[in-house]
This record gives sequence, structure tokens and C-alpha cells, in this order.
Amino acid sequence: MSKQFICIECPNSCLLVVETKDGKVTGVSGNKCKRGETYAVSEVENPVRNFTSLVKAEGLEIKMVPVKTSAPIQKGLIFFAAQEVKKIRIVKPVKVGEVIAENFVNSKADLIATRDVSLA
Amino acid sequence: MHDIIIIGGGVVGTAIARELSKYRLKIAILEKEVEIAFGVSKSNSGIIHPGTQNKSNSLKGKLCVEGNKLVRKLAKKLGIDFKEVGQLIVAFNQEEIERLKEIKKEGELLGIKKMKIVFRPWLAVNEPNLNPEIIAALLVPSAGIISPYRMAYDLSENAAKNGVEIYTDCEVTNIKKDKYFEIESKLGVFSSRYIINAAGLFADDIARMAGIKDIKIKPRKGQEFLLDKKKENITNHLIFPLPSQTSKGTLVIKTSDGNPMIGPTAEEVEDKYDLSTDESGLAQVISSVKRLVPSINPKDIIAYFAGLRPVSGEDFIIREEKSVKRFINVAGIQSPGLTAAPAIALYVSKLLKTSGLKFKRKLNFKPFRRKTIHLFQSDKKLMKKIISKNKAFGDIVCRCELVSRAEIEAAIERGAKTMDGIKFRTRAQSGRCHGGFCTTRIMRILSEKLNIPLNEISKRGGKSGIVVKERG
Amino acid sequence: MMKERDLIIVGGGPAGMAAALSAYEHGVQDILLLERDQFLGGILNQCVHTGFGLNYFKEVLAGPEYADRFMKRVIAIKEIEVSLKSFVIKLSQKKEITFLKPGKISEVKAKAVILATGCRERTREMAHIAGTRPAGIFPAGLAQKLINIEGLIPGNEAVIVGSGDIGLIMARRLTLEGSKVKAVIEIQKKSKGLQRNIVQCLEDFGIPLYLSHKIARIHGADRVSKVDVVQVDDNFKEVPNTSFSIGCDTVLISAGLIPENELAEMAGVDMDRKTNTPLSKEQNKTSVDGIFVCGNACQIYDLVDWVTKDSLLAGKQAAEYIKRIK
Repeated sequence: MSKQFICIECPNSCLLVVETKDGKVTGVSGNKCKRGETYAVSEVENPVRNFTSLVKAEGLEIKMVPVKTSAPIQKGLIFFAAQEVKKIRIVKPVKVGEVIAENFVNSKADLIATRDVSLA
Repeated sequence: MHDIIIIGGGVVGTAIARELSKYRLKIAILEKEVEIAFGVSKSNSGIIHPGTQNKSNSLKGKLCVEGNKLVRKLAKKLGIDFKEVGQLIVAFNQEEIERLKEIKKEGELLGIKKMKIVFRPWLAVNEPNLNPEIIAALLVPSAGIISPYRMAYDLSENAAKNGVEIYTDCEVTNIKKDKYFEIESKLGVFSSRYIINAAGLFADDIARMAGIKDIKIKPRKGQEFLLDKKKENITNHLIFPLPSQTSKGTLVIKTSDGNPMIGPTAEEVEDKYDLSTDESGLAQVISSVKRLVPSINPKDIIAYFAGLRPVSGEDFIIREEKSVKRFINVAGIQSPGLTAAPAIALYVSKLLKTSGLKFKRKLNFKPFRRKTIHLFQSDKKLMKKIISKNKAFGDIVCRCELVSRAEIEAAIERGAKTMDGIKFRTRAQSGRCHGGFCTTRIMRILSEKLNIPLNEISKRGGKSGIVVKERG
Repeated sequence: MMKERDLIIVGGGPAGMAAALSAYEHGVQDILLLERDQFLGGILNQCVHTGFGLNYFKEVLAGPEYADRFMKRVIAIKEIEVSLKSFVIKLSQKKEITFLKPGKISEVKAKAVILATGCRERTREMAHIAGTRPAGIFPAGLAQKLINIEGLIPGNEAVIVGSGDIGLIMARRLTLEGSKVKAVIEIQKKSKGLQRNIVQCLEDFGIPLYLSHKIARIHGADRVSKVDVVQVDDNFKEVPNTSFSIGCDTVLISAGLIPENELAEMAGVDMDRKTNTPLSKEQNKTSVDGIFVCGNACQIYDLVDWVTKDSLLAGKQAAEYIKRIK
């Protein structure tokens, strides 16, 4: 089977032609660099996404603490992650990169703060 | 039991209330909307008309000329900004000059002073952006500008200070008459000896509740378009074409906020809630005003809105009803209602006296109101002074219109409950970014001062919530 | 006597911070950075999604992380005085600045000024969308701020006007927050947004993108109730009999950005009225000697990395200018 989609690794937006068999990639063309191939394989075999969101803070200088996953997580986990993130509360100051939740939604990635937040 | 219930808290209702608050009477205003001036008044263009373009024998004309004089005095007492900018009614040819002469003559009969016809050389110097094809104009120096909603707010505040009760979000649903009136409303039943119906677009509905069936309000829509304040000096006067049958025409208006305004259209509509604007309205306004001032550019439009004029025949209807004694209709108050408002108030006061209401002056009537401070109007010296007195004047919330936290807080203390209420009182959110930057900040201040959650802050009450919920 | 500073930078977003760092590195020892908000970082603070810094840091960062890297460097340099909650109300041709802070009005003169004032969003009014004026119409950036800064959900069912990156990012954010994004309406034949965002913000969630369409009318009295959508031809004229309605309580406007240059204009800088940017023969310079402009105030950039690059150059130019006049 052959699939076509645009590579989103950089603004070049190469049109990838991807050959697949039984859900596995057997060949990629149309990419200008190696990243295109990696992306094609990942997008077909195990699509992942960067997840970013917000966690409610209590008693801190801002109301919502921006967070992200330390690595892209499975695309299928995104909605679950968006639900789970609402259950967390941050009550102590945090630093950029600080882990808010380990192995978040069993994705193997951690949820980390993307901003320093001090007390109110 | 009230002596007088005024139904409608627009500029007419509040002007009447303020006038009557001089006397020992128990008065209340019942306003359907969540704040004062949220009906017809909020879309007013703010022109204080000199009285021209009215028939010399009309009630409108008389009250307009008188109102023009009274507004100045009132503005001084209540700290409302009034500016006499003058108006020009323009003519493109000899035939139109003849019409200017007729308008001038009619104006003189009404007692309008200092009018004169000016010609191209004068126009070239004093109004350089005017279309050079305009050969002459009738200059009427007594025309001015005011902020229509701030006038209503200041009137209502002063009225309240003198004992008038003001109930907002208080729609009247039924009126019964026995020895006195029983007025059923959203906030309960009020009883009153007199009713003054100043309900604007809904004056016919209110009249009908009292059994008066011969008043019909027909909304006439006007679309208005505001230009960036950078264009404040595009004209020095209010610019009028020759009037048509239905309106004074499409104008170039100076406003007390600085933004020039172009419009309005005049469209008969059925729906009393139809405040929509459309492309044909814009196209019509642009082509009309470009004929007056060719350099007007649609790119400079930063806001637009529509208002509905409460039209009921040619003239104002201000009378005590013969069939329903002590019920006074103040209906069909379209243009020049804002200008006429203080004169209407006196006229109503006389009607009440004639009808037998006893007037006793209050000894402790407070005629003055301290002027609201606006940072944008202050020079450096005044800024220094007010900021040293109140730190919050140095805390800018609305960057486009230079509105500080102190002004927002003062507006809330003076009765603002909604985002529009803040906008009308302070101008915050009315500039070129349209609240893009300051909305959340204003919501926070409203929430803190009124002690309501952020998700209950609304644009203008009712179901106009800004957001739908708090996030988890 | 008015106090004189070597360099005053207006705006503490990515542009202002990069300009300050660059000016310092090129020898300016006395810098005042004025920021109107209570934090440095500007609009990056609300851009919690990732995709920043790929070019400049060779890393994928969230907006606040990108800001944080500059913030920490700026704060560590004592020659850069950061003044927060400081709002400039006046800039003169002689480079005299008046600014307000809670409780204070200050006047200060500068040898050079860099305007890093960013941009504002085009509004519904500027896009001339007909209809009523109910609650529920937001510039996309305001909706982003409501969610990401204030933790408030602007609406349950949204239609987004414009498929630029902000509109696309907001389509995903709203979806993840539980709101239904019913459509993205784009008047052009192609989206201006990055392909990455088309895929990850729309296609991932099955959000329809209507190209060559526009909103003909907004309906609703108190709150938005629906929008009329219509197809347009190559000249953006409505195609007859293509109109349809979408019920929604929210309309997000993502119709482009306008550089904020009201201060430059006040100082008498020659302006290009079309783009609202200073006219100049050389990048970052203006018609007034010693007044520079950088970042999105200079031109609208797709990526913050380009804002940084542009502003680093402005900082260098200001440093050279100050050296020359000393």
C-alpha cells in the first residue's frame, strides 16, 4: 500500500510517499533529509505528539502553570492526558523543567513545568 | 408608595429623574436592562443639536433649542464634558444654497443664534479636508458634542444622590390602575401615584399595559462606524449634508472620545432587537461621507454598531393621557432627544404641576457632581497629582485608550456591573485592539470588586457571559 | 533636569529581551527595559504549546521556556534595569520618554530608544464581519489568554475565522479543553499556517477547514447563536447559493496581526500606512536617528526565532549608534 502525507518536521514540508505493508513502513521517498524518513515511520507505525497543557496552581503568583510532556506521547493518549492533567494541583513553587507527574498517563514521559512559578 | 415611577433609565428618564429630584417627591426609575443607558441611549451619536432641520412649530424644534442651552449648564454642574464644535450643513450648488437659506430662516424662527452661510474661501481655511466641490455651508456655531452614556450616568448619579431610587434589571411586566398605579416588575410590585413612560423603543408596550393603544413605536435603524482616534482632526466641525425626509442624513461626527464617527443609516426595521450591521450599510455610509470628506478611508474604521431610533410619527409625544390620568407618555423621542432631554425634563415637570402634583423644593438639593477623572484628559501636572493621591491611576489597564485601574474601580463603585458598563463609562475596550489586551484584566477587577466569580462576568447582563466556565 | 539613560527599550517580550542582551554584549552599559506587564516574556507566556526555538536553540521548546532562557540572562545582568508594570505614554522625537507605574509618573531621556512593542490582533471590526455584537466573539489571542492564563473556557462550540497559526493552535487547545471546534473558515485558497499545525491541530481531531469561505454574518442577541458561512471566488466575492449556517456560541477571529507602532508615530517617525510599520531604508532603523524598532513591531514574523534574530541586530545597531554619538 502507498500513502502520501506532508512531513511536518520542519517548514520545508516535503511530500512523503510512504510504502507500507501490514502496518509497517517498507519504503519512504520524497524526503529531503533523514528526519522525513523517521517521521514517516513514526507517523505510520506509532504516531506520537507533543502534549502541552496547564495545571491549576493554588497560592502561587499565577493561576495556571504551563506544562508539557518530556517527550512526545502516543497520539491515542492525548485526550486521556488532557483529562488527567485537570486533576493535578500545584501548591508549591516550581522551576522550569521540574517534574510535575512522573510517567504521566503511563506514557513513559514525565509531565514537566515550562515556567518558573513563585509564591503569590 | 412612590409619587412618581419613571419607566426607562435612558438619557430621557434620567434627565427627568434628576430634574424632579429637586422636589420633595418619592421617585424611582425602573430600567429593564442590567445598567442605565443600555437601551436607545447607548447608540446615540452624542451630538448636541442646535435645533436646525426641525420645523419651527414643532415640539421637537422648541425643546431642542431650549435643550441646547440647558445642556451646557447641566454639563457644568455635573462635570460632563461638553464641547461646542459647531456644525456645517453643506451645499454643492446654487439650488442647495437656497435650501440652506430656508433652513437658516426656519432656525431663526426657533431662536437659533449666530448662524451664517460661509463660502469656499472660508471652508478652505477652516475645514480643509472638505470636498472642494462643496461651495458653501450653513455654519451653526451652537452645535456641540457630549458623551451620551456618560451624560445618562452622571444624571442618574446625581439623581440618586438626591434620593431617586434606581432599579436596574427590572423589566415592567404589567400595570394596573385603581386609585393609584400598581406596576408589576421583575423585582416585585411598585405602587405609584404617577407613571412617566420613558421606555424608548418599548414605550408603546408600556403604554398598552396601561390601556393606551394609540402609540406605536417604529424602530428606525442607524448604523454607525467609528474611526481611529488618530483621525480625530479629520474635520473641525460636525459635517451635515442637506437633510432628507427621514433623517438628517449621513454625517461626519466628532465625538467627545476623540474618534470621528461616520453614519448613521436610516432603515425602517420591524425587530426592536435588530442591532446588526451589514455590508450594504457600510457601503452606503462610506459613499455618502466620501462625498463630504473624500479622504475618509474605510481602513481607519475600528468599530461599528447599530442603534434603533424609537420613532412614533414626526414629532415627540409628551403628554398626560386623557384616558389614563396621571400617566405621562414621553414617547417617540428620537433625534434630537439627547439634546432635548433637559428641556423634556422641565416640560414634564410642568405637566405634573398642571396635573395637580404638589411640588415642594428640597432644602438640601445637591445640584453638583464632582467631575469624573479620566487619565486621557489629564495633562502631566494633573497626572502627577492624581497618581500621587491614588497609586492605581498609574496602573494602566487599557493601553489603547489610556485607562487606569483607578478609573475602572471608580466606574464599578459608580454602578458598572458589566464589561459594556465599564466600556461606556471609561472607554476601556473601545480602542483599536477592541479589548484584546485588557479584557481579562477588567474581568478580574470586576470579579474582585463585585465579589462574583470570573465566569459570571458578562458583556451586558442576561445571557451575555464572556466565558462559559472555569477550567478544571 | 531629566535623567538621561544610554538605551531605553520599550517592551520586555522576546524582541525587547534579545535587543537588551545584544546591546549589552555590544558594549552598552546603561539599559532601561520597560515592560507594561508584571512579568517579562510578553505574549510567549500564553503560548504554552511547543514549536519555539527550533532554529535558535535547535530544540523544541514551549513558549514560556523560550522566554525563560532570555529572562534569566536579562535578570543576571545588572547593567540592564528591568522596570515592570511600566507603561510608556509618550515618546518624543528628542527621545524623551514619559512612563507610568502604579503610584509614579517618570520622565527620562535616552541616547537611543528601541521599540520592541510587538503587535496586536486584527479584530472582527477590521475584518468587517456583518451581524450582531453579542458576547462570544474573541480575537484568538484573547481566547488563548483566557484559557492559558486565566483558566477560563471561552465557549462550548466554536467556529474559528482564519487559519493562521494562532487560529490552528487555538482549535487544538479548545478541543483538548473539551470544547467542540466546528469549523475553521479561511477566505484564502490556502492556509497560511504551518503544515505541522494543519496536521496536528485540525486533522488529528477531524476539524473541517473551509478554504475560500468566509463568515457572512454573525447571529445572536446576548451570546453568539450561529454564523452564516459562504463560499467566495478568486476576488473574494460571495458565490451565490453556497451559504450555510453553523450553530455555535463562540467565534474566534484569527485574521492577522498588526504591528504596534503608536509610540513611533507619536515620535514623528515616518510610517508606512499600509503595514503600520516605520518606513526605513535599513532594517530596524527609522526616519528618526536613534529610534530603532525590532521584532513584530518591525514586521510580522512567523517564528519567534526570527524575532530574536531581528532584535539581536537592533541591539547591535543601537550600541553602534550610541558609540558614534558619544
